[in-house]
Amino acid sequence: MVFSFDARALKIAVALCAALAVSACSKNPNEDGAAGAGGLGMGAGAATPGSQQDFVVNVGDRVFFESDSSELTSVAQATLDKQARWLSQYPRYTITVEGHADERGTREYNFALGQRRAEAAKNYLAARGVPASRMRTISFGKERPVAVCNDISCWSQNRRAVTVLGGPSS
Amino acid sequence: MTDQKFSAITRRHATGLLSAGFAGALAPQGAWAQSRFLDIRPGSSFRPIPIAVTNFAGDQGPALSGIVTNNFARSVFLQPLEPRSFPQQITNPDVAPQMDAWRTINAQFVVTGRVTRAPDGRLQTQFRLWDVATGQQATGQQYVTDPNNARRVAHIVSDAIFSRITGEKGFFDSRVVFIDESGPKERRVKRLTIMDQDGGNVRYLSRGDELVVTPRFSPSSQDVAYMAFGQGDPRVFILNIETGQREAVGNFPGMTFAPRFSPDGQRIIMSLSQGSASNLFVMDLRSRATTRLTDTAGIDTSPSFSPDGSQIVFESDRGGTQQIYVMGGNGGGAKRISYGEGARYSTPVWSPKGDLIAFTRQKSGGFAIGVMRPDGSGERIITEGFHNEGPTWAPNGLYVMFFREPGGSAGPRIFMADVFGRGEFQVNTPTFGSDPAWGPLLS
Repeated sequence: MVFSFDARALKIAVALCAALAVSACSKNPNEDGAAGAGGLGMGAGAATPGSQQDFVVNVGDRVFFESDSSELTSVAQATLDKQARWLSQYPRYTITVEGHADERGTREYNFALGQRRAEAAKNYLAARGVPASRMRTISFGKERPVAVCNDISCWSQNRRAVTVLGGPSS
Repeated sequence: MTDQKFSAITRRHATGLLSAGFAGALAPQGAWAQSRFLDIRPGSSFRPIPIAVTNFAGDQGPALSGIVTNNFARSVFLQPLEPRSFPQQITNPDVAPQMDAWRTINAQFVVTGRVTRAPDGRLQTQFRLWDVATGQQATGQQYVTDPNNARRVAHIVSDAIFSRITGEKGFFDSRVVFIDESGPKERRVKRLTIMDQDGGNVRYLSRGDELVVTPRFSPSSQDVAYMAFGQGDPRVFILNIETGQREAVGNFPGMTFAPRFSPDGQRIIMSLSQGSASNLFVMDLRSRATTRLTDTAGIDTSPSFSPDGSQIVFESDRGGTQQIYVMGGNGGGAKRISYGEGARYSTPVWSPKGDLIAFTRQKSGGFAIGVMRPDGSGERIITEGFHNEGPTWAPNGLYVMFFREPGGSAGPRIFMADVFGRGEFQVNTPTFGSDPAWGPLLS
């Protein structure tokens, strides 16, 4: 469920590249992971090592939280450990950690809560050796759910911190 | 520009419109409260006042009196009677209706009026409010204005009648900024939008290319403060809704959110996130001087000044869960005021009358809108359900608007209710709507 959302986003990115500019998309294939995501349909193992797809599929780009909590669960810590190793291996990426909240909270509080979650993930990565200069955080509160429905299983997918790869640090 | 147009409305307590006997009773200041026809407070034997709004004469008359009727239908305190039940066709709005006939349908008041074009093309609107019990005219006025202001005249007429009957300030001649929502929930397009309080005159203030939330009206100017996601950190902006000019409020290292104007309109109070904490800051809009008001490792947000500026109500999770606190206008001395069992409280807003604080309450999986006194006593829930959020006060402090989420893929709608919880109405918006913020009375 979670993964399929990202797959769709990547497919769109790939399609845009194909349709639009040869220049912008093919210039830095190694810098821009999306360009290497053409093999998405072939399954997880086919991701080019070091690509955005590799990060999303083989490492896991997001961690989840309990309701109204920014504590990192053991599962979340394991994912962030993998993220930290991968990011050390591919130091060319900067990252933005996006914090999100589910819809079962008030808007303004959820911005603060999302920020707290993003910071928790960032601080954990920093403690695992990812330089703070490569990381920034942003909170979307409850504005950008990935799953839309009306029950707890859904809301839990929205309480997340997503590590989004960016271009080279300047 | 709109404002200049609005101020061009001239109002006359035209002598010809006031019957001699009643003119004296209207003129003295302070006579207002004693001469009210309805005590709206709980405890009194409250019954909405039945009022017959007849079609105003003239081509544009019925449209205008229709707006008045609609306003009253959402007022809770006045109850417009069904036109089909009217016992008399008004042919001359200047002549007293046949009170015996109106008594048969239990009308307590009859409104008559006329809309004509003055020789210079301007719209001339007059109305009379007749007290059926005495057969006398209770009030009457005439307004001359640009024809484009017809809707506004209808709201001004509504306010004049509402005030005359209840002894309370009006609220119909006011606007609401809100967020227009469209598209699927994962990629909701949000636009800053303004409308009359009845849902008319919708105008979009942003294109939807950036995410905007939580607009707040200035009490003293044509400015709206809101939070927007643009380049870099999301932050608070101020937009002048007449000129379209906008600017960021300060340049802070971190996200700024939850803005609100001070009662004099000169300062903005808001949250700033630093690391995982969010604290309250106030910024003077002229000097740009910024003052920190709270210093916690937790989340302090949704601040709102008392009408005299001497206190600030806000929410904080410093005690473990979201609760409402009141502190001094310069920070310091925060005291928790919300103590409902098993409940979390958020989005407190101080009433313009000063007597109440409206809030969102989360309890047992539901979201309610309620009010309490500034010392935390007298909690009263106005509405509850799956998700109600974000109350905003009518300029007279007698109503709140808020938004309601049905859950799932559908979107929010804006509702209005009176502060005593007697009535609730959906405010019609073009699509989904959220984050309403009621502006000041225009006249």
